[in-house]
Amino acid sequence: MASILSLENISKRFGAVVVADGIDLALDQGEALGIIGPNGAGKTTLFGMATGTVTPDAGRIVYDGADITRLAPERRCRLGLARSFQIPQPFSGMTVFENVVVAAAFGAGESERAVYDRCADLLDRCGLIDKANKRAGGLTLLDRKRLELARALATKPRVLLLDEVAGGLTEHECGTLVELIKTVRAGGVSIIWIEHVVHALLAVVDRLAVLHGGKIIASGDPHTVIRSPQVEEIYMGIAADA
Amino acid sequence: MTGWFNVILQGVLIGGLYAMFAAGLSLIFGVMRLVNIAHGDLIVLAAYIALMATTSLGLDPLTSLIIVVPAMALIGYALQRGLLNRTLGDDLLPPLLVTFGLSIIIQNGLLELFTADSRKLQAGAIEVQTLQVMQGVWVGALPFIQFVVAVAVIAGLQQLFYRTALGRAFRATSDDQAVAQLMGLDTRHVFAMAMALSLAIVAIAGVFLAVRANFDPSIGPARLIFGFEAVIIGGLGSMWGTLAGGVILGVAQAIGAQIDPGWQLLAGHIAFLVILAVRPQGLFPKVSG
Repeated sequence: MASILSLENISKRFGAVVVADGIDLALDQGEALGIIGPNGAGKTTLFGMATGTVTPDAGRIVYDGADITRLAPERRCRLGLARSFQIPQPFSGMTVFENVVVAAAFGAGESERAVYDRCADLLDRCGLIDKANKRAGGLTLLDRKRLELARALATKPRVLLLDEVAGGLTEHECGTLVELIKTVRAGGVSIIWIEHVVHALLAVVDRLAVLHGGKIIASGDPHTVIRSPQVEEIYMGIAADA
Repeated sequence: MTGWFNVILQGVLIGGLYAMFAAGLSLIFGVMRLVNIAHGDLIVLAAYIALMATTSLGLDPLTSLIIVVPAMALIGYALQRGLLNRTLGDDLLPPLLVTFGLSIIIQNGLLELFTADSRKLQAGAIEVQTLQVMQGVWVGALPFIQFVVAVAVIAGLQQLFYRTALGRAFRATSDDQAVAQLMGLDTRHVFAMAMALSLAIVAIAGVFLAVRANFDPSIGPARLIFGFEAVIIGGLGSMWGTLAGGVILGVAQAIGAQIDPGWQLLAGHIAFLVILAVRPQGLFPKVSG
């Protein structure tokens, strides 16, 4: 199957800290890929490089057959590349609905009037419809996370990059979120999901990659990878949950 | 009694002009955290463009707005794309220095082209027309029109900010530039649109300024101060606050001038300082996110 997004031999260092050391990672069309790794392994920087907010020192990023390594973030968004943030970053002075409308109108390049229905539908799917007219700055953590997802989806992504969306949620909230991500995936969106909550990840992804010290140290079937000696060595014990 | 009422009324009307000085400044600061030191000189530039339009095409000043407003908007867009966008970043100093330089360039350019002579736009009969508000209180037609236009500009901006895609783009970019980019917003274009809009308002303010009083290339910085004071009095980020700020400044100046003609500017500055001391966030600060 053709890959829709691939990072080819990507390297990045911040001063003496190497966050990416020749990473090769390809996401197939329609695939859901999970990435785990200890804090500071360079997971979030990987998303920054894929979406254009961080420039890699070396290597190439290819999306849908085109080199996008130097493309501006807003152009990548319009091509169908969207991400959520680990720490939700809503436009806090705007309403929930406006947040989604901005993403839908500019991210998908449509007029505001044309996106109203789609935005209302999205908020409904993400469980935010009751709070549509609330100021986004006043939302609870769960709702902020939902808004991150709704806003990313509003841009009509073909590839969705999720950064620790399950962290800090209760078991029940987490279950709701997993169901939502499954429906997004069923809609044909390819997903890369960085997550510490491994059981949520395993419920969705087809493949699991482990990032450690700026390198992919394991990649393959999620249940095999999670039991691999490398992972047990890094995580010690967390793997037992799976 | 009617004497004082008259003084305050005239102050309110001139406050509309100050609010227009302030609205463009506030818009730019709000969207991109840029303090435009050249704002006052751009007002004067607009007045000279209007002067050229009225003398070469024979238009009356208010009609010349159909040329001056788009011209200034274009200048604003080009200025932002070509120069100011390059100065924006984490550091507030580069845009400050660059617009300061721009202020000097505009003043000297105008001096070279138009000399230091005082000019005025002639609006004809409308300049002396008056409306009687009540027994013994008269209002000039032009100050009245100027105030109505100022209110319309502020109301229009308010509508634009909260009811249009461009307004939401302004607010989203103002809130978080990096995230706005990830949502598909071309922030360089958004900033340029904000500057275009700011200078379109500057154009209107410049024409009213030039009809109301004499102008020469050196008067820009004083208009900048009035604009700043109105913004601070009203509260950063609030459009209606800007109108209130302009009106308070105008009324304070009018009262000062009534007591002693030399106190006009002093009274305005004192009103500003009092508000800054008592309520540093301004009268109507935007609810912080």
